[in-house]
Amino acid sequence: MIVGGGLVSKREMATALAKPPTSEPKVAVSAAEMGARQRDISVSEFFTKNRHLLGFDSPRKALLTCIKEAVDNALDAAEEAGILPDVVVTLEVAPSNGDAPPPASQATRFRVTVIDNGPGIVRQQIPPIFAKLLYGSKFHRLRMSRGQQGIGISAAGMYAQLTTGKPVQIISRTSARAAAHYFEVQIDTKKNEPRIFESKKIDWDHQRGTQVTLEIEGRYQKGRASVDEFLEQVAIANPHVKLVYHTPEGETREYPRTIDELPPQPREIKPHPYGIEFGILLRMLHDTRGHSLSGFLAGDFSRVSSTVAQEICGTAKLSPNARPRNIHGTDAEALYKAIQATKIMAPPSNCISPIGEKAILHGLYKQIKGEFYTAVTRPPSVYRGNPFIIEAGLAYGKGPDQAAAAPEAPAAPLAEGEQAEEDNELARVIRYANRVPLLYQQSACATFKAALETAWRNYGVAQSRGALPAGPMVVFVHMASVWVPFTSESKEAIADYDEIRKEIKLAMQECGRRLGVFLRRRERAKSEFRRRNIFELYIEEVVEACARLKGGKLPKEKLKAQLEKIAMKRTGGERTDAILGRDRGPEGLPHSIIVTSEGPEGEAPALPGAEPSAVAPPEEPRQEPEKPAPRRGKAKGKAKGKAKGKAKSKARPSRPTKKAKRKLKASKRSKRKR
Amino acid sequence: MAQAKPKKPGAVEKKLISVADAVITAADRSKDPTLSIPVRSLANVSFNAKRGIIEMGKRKQARTFFNVGMAKKFMQTVLVADALSELQRADLTTSLREIYYRTKHTMKGSSENTFDGQNESDPLIEDLEVSLAALREELHVRAENAGSIVGPVVFGDDGDRVDCARLGKGGYSVPSIVEPDFIEIRRCTADFVLLVEKGTQWNRLSEDKFWRRYNCVLLTGNGQPPRGVRRLARRLHEEYKIPVYVLVDNDPWGYYIYSVVKQGSINLAFESERMAIPKAKFIGLSSADPDAYGLPRNVGIKLNDKDIGRAKELLKYRWFDKKPWQEEIKRMLASGLKYELDALANKDFRYLTKTYLPRKLKERDWLD
Repeated sequence: MIVGGGLVSKREMATALAKPPTSEPKVAVSAAEMGARQRDISVSEFFTKNRHLLGFDSPRKALLTCIKEAVDNALDAAEEAGILPDVVVTLEVAPSNGDAPPPASQATRFRVTVIDNGPGIVRQQIPPIFAKLLYGSKFHRLRMSRGQQGIGISAAGMYAQLTTGKPVQIISRTSARAAAHYFEVQIDTKKNEPRIFESKKIDWDHQRGTQVTLEIEGRYQKGRASVDEFLEQVAIANPHVKLVYHTPEGETREYPRTIDELPPQPREIKPHPYGIEFGILLRMLHDTRGHSLSGFLAGDFSRVSSTVAQEICGTAKLSPNARPRNIHGTDAEALYKAIQATKIMAPPSNCISPIGEKAILHGLYKQIKGEFYTAVTRPPSVYRGNPFIIEAGLAYGKGPDQAAAAPEAPAAPLAEGEQAEEDNELARVIRYANRVPLLYQQSACATFKAALETAWRNYGVAQSRGALPAGPMVVFVHMASVWVPFTSESKEAIADYDEIRKEIKLAMQECGRRLGVFLRRRERAKSEFRRRNIFELYIEEVVEACARLKGGKLPKEKLKAQLEKIAMKRTGGERTDAILGRDRGPEGLPHSIIVTSEGPEGEAPALPGAEPSAVAPPEEPRQEPEKPAPRRGKAKGKAKGKAKGKAKSKARPSRPTKKAKRKLKASKRSKRKR
Repeated sequence: MAQAKPKKPGAVEKKLISVADAVITAADRSKDPTLSIPVRSLANVSFNAKRGIIEMGKRKQARTFFNVGMAKKFMQTVLVADALSELQRADLTTSLREIYYRTKHTMKGSSENTFDGQNESDPLIEDLEVSLAALREELHVRAENAGSIVGPVVFGDDGDRVDCARLGKGGYSVPSIVEPDFIEIRRCTADFVLLVEKGTQWNRLSEDKFWRRYNCVLLTGNGQPPRGVRRLARRLHEEYKIPVYVLVDNDPWGYYIYSVVKQGSINLAFESERMAIPKAKFIGLSSADPDAYGLPRNVGIKLNDKDIGRAKELLKYRWFDKKPWQEEIKRMLASGLKYELDALANKDFRYLTKTYLPRKLKERDWLD
């Protein structure tokens, strides 16, 4: 049957097995025997075998995924409770058998600890949250959050269990008055149920929050798609988060908070009828509490009024009073088609909370050195019935200190055919989905494709065919949605829907236009400067050549002075200074920052003195009096006194605001889980 | 070549010094120093149908110093003028490439070079030729010796007697400068001059001693004939009253080579006067030849887009305005093929010598 080659497709195999066992009775298995082998597969078992689907394919990626899941959960929980998040990530080399731990780059076992100041978790929810797959609060509702499925942290725990056998350690405390609980849990992979190893009350020096510790097999490597890069990108997209990262090499990196304001709370919405697939519609018909079809439509979907519901029923030729449970088969199909055929308003977009132009600008400015920054938040749009918002940002240049240092380098005269060395580095695209950085599978991502398709050359940036634009540039793209369509469960790339790609391109184009304005303006200043320069250079040459032509009988100095005088007149002294001058600022460039050697212009945030290496904050922020927002004033105040700023941020976790406290109570029961 | 003897020492040098004078006078008057350079483009040439040559128009272009776009070129022009005057004083001749090296240096206080490539200095030499009305030969700039001549002609070169009938199949290498001061034509008994585009075909004819049988001078310029070759053909034509026939590939570039020999080039229109041979005839390869001589279609080469574009340009040149020429070019376009001279070897290695040229000459089958 299997002649000439061992490769047999599944289908062939199936037909082969279905044939009566006449030719090869040895292989034959009776239906009864097969039936005996068939049994349930637990989700946990499935994922144990397919851990790559969740982002645990290589030790390096696994380490990143664990940290990512823990940080996502910490931020989601704190934000939902209305608390400005303070997160501490500690990555250590795990000691093995009492030997001295190897250096971080050689180590294979790590201990990851993430501490947040979130609302904490009530005692009885701790085990299922950390040791039961597909358990959580976020899957069943359409609300924008970092996590979606309720797999992440428990999958990380399962990975720990699989590679080191160590249980997940959790400490959580819901308020200063409550006790802190310590748990050690693992997953029973067959039953997908938590197994509790240890559960006790302990003393904990944090008044509120959660600490998760995982010991896993991993690999720590710097550079692209590393833990370091991930945390840096988290800091860019979340300027309201204070993040401290203890690296396995013993360094401590602090990412200060630059915005003392939580992003607005996203709201939960009902599904939009356009985004519903047929199977889901059948399930909803079955599960609904509505008694009539029209009531079901109006009650269980967003943007369906009773009039629209009547219209749908009419188109489907179904009675509005029919019981939803009795609709199946062709009726359900008719209903599904009728929904698609009816004009329904786009879903509400207030369920999405974009990062905001100001925050993106601050995030980029804080983390990336450059000369020009800009940010764009697009109006909401819809794909498959899910509302989403695209935001893009751009940081361009090498930063004024580097840019100033470059031309001073001694340049050897060039030989024929040689060209001044140019940096041919390509732009970097940093991608986010619901504020979570995406580090893998860049080329599969809609954002990347959109960056390729954008005609950057129109904006004065070089770009070869089918490549990213070239230049010292970071392109930031964020997609915020109640449901981000990922290409896989490990959430690495945004699926390429036309609507999404179009929005990303529009956002990039707007950033590009502003960059173009900046580049052209800078180019003009440069060429004006060059103009003056070249005349000086050439006058020298022309005078020398003329003197030689005249056989040396020429008052060189006189000719030179005469020519220089003409040059000065021609290049129009003061006018040139005006063009060269830096007093132009980012006028006409909304939501942009231009950094020159004299400091930033535009809506630059004052950086708390935590980062001395970053662009130095201007001595006198030019636009201070113009800034109306009281919060911004606070941020400024913080920047002025380093000590004061630090004291404040230290104090924050222990003294939550009244508002935060109120929210805290409300969300005590909230399950933090994806 | 080192013994160049300009007739009027200093005349050319004076012209070059006038460039410096222009700068000095302008500076004295606080004006922008300006050189006016005749425009060397199709727009500024006219075809003098009566004389049969391309003539330069009167349009001039001002090259000013204090203009960002032109400043560098202006500076370079002055540098080239300086280098050329140095040649005059030292009484030396040199190549274009040497001029480039002589004038190249890094400017004081910068990493910028005066010239980045020879392609920057070459056009400036032409600019000076045109604007100072001094020939390149007078400026003591020579090109490569890119041509060969063989046949019943005797030259005097630096006092040496060069008999081109006794130089084997290699012939005499035509120097770049063939002005009477440098090369003297002592005797020429040929009946006509055959100017061949390709060195390979010239070799074939020379090897077969075609020139002996048909009593002619064989001349080649290995492609677009350099000035020396053109000038020599013109001198033979003028001084010995013998006709010049041009044998080129059948493609737009071949047609253009013929037209340059005949009417002069657009770029150096000012030299037509001295170079052009308005009575030169186009002997082949004509687009009618493949049919007439039974060349199979498969030895043709498909015209590419560039060829077609160039052919269409040629159709518009006034000197190709004659009816036979329009037919000739259109026939090539219609067939969509071009033919190399070498393709004649498809019939026989010596087809060119034995059949093609004899029949052409006998039938007087040429285009004017």
